Amino acid sequence: MNANLPARPSPTDVKPSAGLVQLRYNAKAHTRKQYWNAPTMTLWERAYLPEILRGLSITTGIFLRNMARWMTGRKGALTTYYPEEQRPDYAPRNRGKHILTQRPDGSPQCIACNMCATVCPAKVIEIEAGFDASDPAHPKFPVRFEIDYSRCVFCGLCIEACPEDAIRMVPETPDLASTDRFNMWLTMDEMLTWNPHQDVAKPYPPKGGDPILRGKISSTH
Amino acid sequence: MLPDLAIALMFMAASIGVLMGFGGLLTWVERKQAAVMADRIGANRAYIRLPFTNIKLVWMGLFHGMADGLKMLLKEDFRPRTYDQLAYTLAPYIVFSPVLLVFAVIPFGGILDPGRLIPALAPWFGGRTYPMQIANLNAGLLVVFAFSGLTILGTMLAGWSSDNKFSLLGGLRAGSQMISYELVMGLTVLGLILVFGTVDLRDMVQQQSGMIWGVLPAWGVFYQPFAAILFLTAAIAENKRIPFDLPEAESELVSGYYTEYSAMKMGLFMFAEFIEIAIIAALFTTMFLGGYNLPFMNDAGFALPGGHAVAMSHGVVVLLQLAVFLAKVAFMCVVQIQIRWSLPRFRYDQMLMFAWKFLLPLTLMNLSVTTVIMWLKQGALP
Repeated sequence: MNANLPARPSPTDVKPSAGLVQLRYNAKAHTRKQYWNAPTMTLWERAYLPEILRGLSITTGIFLRNMARWMTGRKGALTTYYPEEQRPDYAPRNRGKHILTQRPDGSPQCIACNMCATVCPAKVIEIEAGFDASDPAHPKFPVRFEIDYSRCVFCGLCIEACPEDAIRMVPETPDLASTDRFNMWLTMDEMLTWNPHQDVAKPYPPKGGDPILRGKISSTH
Repeated sequence: MLPDLAIALMFMAASIGVLMGFGGLLTWVERKQAAVMADRIGANRAYIRLPFTNIKLVWMGLFHGMADGLKMLLKEDFRPRTYDQLAYTLAPYIVFSPVLLVFAVIPFGGILDPGRLIPALAPWFGGRTYPMQIANLNAGLLVVFAFSGLTILGTMLAGWSSDNKFSLLGGLRAGSQMISYELVMGLTVLGLILVFGTVDLRDMVQQQSGMIWGVLPAWGVFYQPFAAILFLTAAIAENKRIPFDLPEAESELVSGYYTEYSAMKMGLFMFAEFIEIAIIAALFTTMFLGGYNLPFMNDAGFALPGGHAVAMSHGVVVLLQLAVFLAKVAFMCVVQIQIRWSLPRFRYDQMLMFAWKFLLPLTLMNLSVTTVIMWLKQGALP
């Protein structure tokens, strides 16, 4: 024991002050607020069985309707039977799969800067760069550009990161359904299917204006 | 002696085979029915490839049950470091076996005369006939209740021995639920016993072969419509399926009493549940839907009103009776699955309230009205 310390007041020494009395829980004055809805079921609904039968008749009706459709050779489900079936009604802005844009000569517009691979949160883009001294405007080009679709989260950050508009996303989905995840890599030749002259929404090359924006001169040289 | 043994073994093998088949098939039926109800397709990817060919048999996903069974057999048999290994190991079997035993007293056909069916064997059987039932006990209904009450032991053992609070809560819930609903079930059946005056299930079925006023088949459901509904409700509650699946409520108790079970032990719990669907359907068929009877049908063929009679050979009659019984059982299974996928789960207090404040008074009412009517019918009034 340290004798220099002042003695602690025991709980009995504390005198009840006016404040403590006011804080005491007043059971009479307190009424709990009722925040739920009072049940408003009628006697018919509370009899339980008729409503149960009504619910069962609804589900049975849907079951029989769908079964009749299956029996008569129609489709009784809303399910798209992927990959055998594909939905025709993808939204125009659906981020289905990646494509690599091309220059008019057919070479990829990508300059292998690795920005998309860096920003990718799932780390699914792999780029192997090559060097071409004969093209001073674009000395770097991708030798290998692969995306692992088994891990891609389709966030679209690679598109936003790209300085060359070399990678875009289109509504269609890649036909990659497989039982082996190593079949789910999308390679460069599969992504280079986009024809720039057919893109009505974003014509290529853009007409007029700044030559840098028009793509005549690379913006990065 | 030997013919009796052969027939008994045949009935047993057939019953167990049919029950197992039903159990396996019902997993598929449940998936598909739920899917069609919900505008979906349902599981249909598992296939069997014919050896040395590229032909893949899909058969609307019928093999998913087999794939599931195989998966369960091959999975790691995980055991928690539980308080009681013996009870933990025993529980799935205690759940599973009484379910099968209940079927022993259910008659699935009329009288079989093997000598008439296969004339070559007639001397061996010596004109003996056999009721199509594994055990023709005159205490049939009591045996049903005795065995179906046993499954709860396994459930509670599983919940207790897993040494897991969720399992224990599941076991407790199963126990109180069983006490509540077994009572309701027994009382509903009591009305039926009053009407038929017997607890022998075969006798009960035979009494349901006639007609009421020449229009309605004399099935239990027309004598005791209330009891039929109440019995079905209580039976679904006994089977611990939605809307009464509180012992295994996955949103509250992980998996309830079989949280700690894996591989085939868990599979046994699931399989017992599916077989019990078939058993409940068979019981309901036997007691309320006239068993293997069709209207106007008897052991010699059809006796239609107006004096027309269609004679049928013994083999056709036996096959028809079996088919009718199976069809009725299948229908009741579908009804149960429809209920399971249509209704939401009760809250725990609602479930107990439903049993004690709603079902029990109704059953008592049903029983008293039945008693008074039977009393009047037996000439209590001059």
